[in-house]
Amino acid sequence: MSTITERFDAINEFDREPVSKENLQGQGNFIGIFAGEHVAGTEFVIGPLFVLHGVTAADLIGGLLVGNLLAVLSWAFICAPIATMTRLNLYWQLRKITGPYLLVIYNIVNALMFCFLAGAMISVAATAVGIPFGMPMPGLQDMLPSSIEWVLVVLAVGAVVTVMAILGFKQIARFSKIAAPWMFLVFVACAVAALPQLGVNSVGDFWSVANEKIWTGVAAEGVTQFTFWHVMFFAWFCNMAMHIGMADMTLLRYAKSWKYGFHSAFGMYLGHFIAWIASGILVALALQLTGDSSPAPGPIANLGAGIAGLIAVVVAGWTTANPTIYRAGLALQTVTPGWKRWKVTLAVGAVTTVAALFPALMMKLLDFVALYGLLLMPMGAVIFADFWIFPKLGLRQYYAEWKKILFSLPAAASWGVTLVFSILLNQVWGVDIFFLGLPGWFVATAIYIGSAYVQQKMGQPVSNNMAEVS
Amino acid sequence: MTNLLKTLSFAGLGLTVLPAFFVFAGSISWELHATLMLVGTVVWFGTAPFWMKEK
Repeated sequence: MSTITERFDAINEFDREPVSKENLQGQGNFIGIFAGEHVAGTEFVIGPLFVLHGVTAADLIGGLLVGNLLAVLSWAFICAPIATMTRLNLYWQLRKITGPYLLVIYNIVNALMFCFLAGAMISVAATAVGIPFGMPMPGLQDMLPSSIEWVLVVLAVGAVVTVMAILGFKQIARFSKIAAPWMFLVFVACAVAALPQLGVNSVGDFWSVANEKIWTGVAAEGVTQFTFWHVMFFAWFCNMAMHIGMADMTLLRYAKSWKYGFHSAFGMYLGHFIAWIASGILVALALQLTGDSSPAPGPIANLGAGIAGLIAVVVAGWTTANPTIYRAGLALQTVTPGWKRWKVTLAVGAVTTVAALFPALMMKLLDFVALYGLLLMPMGAVIFADFWIFPKLGLRQYYAEWKKILFSLPAAASWGVTLVFSILLNQVWGVDIFFLGLPGWFVATAIYIGSAYVQQKMGQPVSNNMAEVS
Repeated sequence: MTNLLKTLSFAGLGLTVLPAFFVFAGSISWELHATLMLVGTVVWFGTAPFWMKEK
């Protein structure tokens, strides 16, 4: 285990020191990064899923306005202040609190989630690549690979994405930045060009058509009926790992002011408002023209923009999957001793491609995104409590670092109990996964404070003494 | 040279998005919009990489 932690430290070594004053970045960079990151491949799936879950137009607009506002406030008031005061990335901030062993577990969970997210993006790209080959699209309820054509196309797309991630991660990362403004305009153009076919011939027609033909309030067969609250909580928490989970400390530590957290609004309202509405309009057109309730991104983008739409889906899926595979590879490199970087990326790409074979990952993207955030959020609550609340209670911050503890029991208890609590709420009381983040955050904070109080004020647990660095 | 490339790039973005509004207004066909969008896409990716700097 100590060798693994050394490798993790080595990978993050260049980020070890707080960001210096001369390396701080201006507002324009943050506007660009937030806008680019949140207009991505996932947007082609999420907007259509809201339509298929039977959201009404008013609930959608209201839920997105409020939920995105809450997300922006979470970035601005929870993540950004700690990021700009510590100037550290998530890895080093968490290492001080959790100890290196618990951090290894956190990183591996994170890497696996990245693999599944990249898998969903490969599925997204496959729905566009498969069109010229007449590939049958997976349906909304398809969990397993739906056809041999689907398997072949996904394997081909997965292979290309993996090889590109091995050969030219930096070039593709640059390509993603170039693609971002174009991709946003493709979303807008697809939707605007589709409106006349839905019966919208003037701006005044939009609201009635939106209610009658797009967000009708009637869910597709076999899916949960969504309300304002589902939309609001999903919009707020779909990036839970990034804001209240603190992953964007890594980005915002470069901000000159904590107020740059408000620039997340550019990502939220361009990507999670306009792009979701646009892709919802497209799936409504697909339903009208074909009667097919599959939200497969390729066919719906084809309806909006033809070949340019298909290119957008491939580019969106590819540019989202690429850094995700890279990050997962980076994290897993530490548990594969002696493996070359390309070999780890190849292994991650293989796992990701196998995951992509299952359309459930794409069709249940809303649930997956919610689960992903929920799994990682408790550590953000731990950082928050350690930073703001501990000094007020007379508790020592960064106790694991101070005592050279390798595995922080309070942080582990907070993580574990929060997840068990969330599972119980979901399985026993039937609380939807989208609503678990808010109570989960308070539970994580309370458990961490309570168990840290016991640890610090009532003596050392035996295991901590045994775990001291030798 | 950079200014020319930038002008072409923004023209490419314009071709990507503006024809959709002409479709909405009933001025052009959907097919023409799809073609112009493809041209805009090619122009954007053919010019933007030369002036968009890495940060």
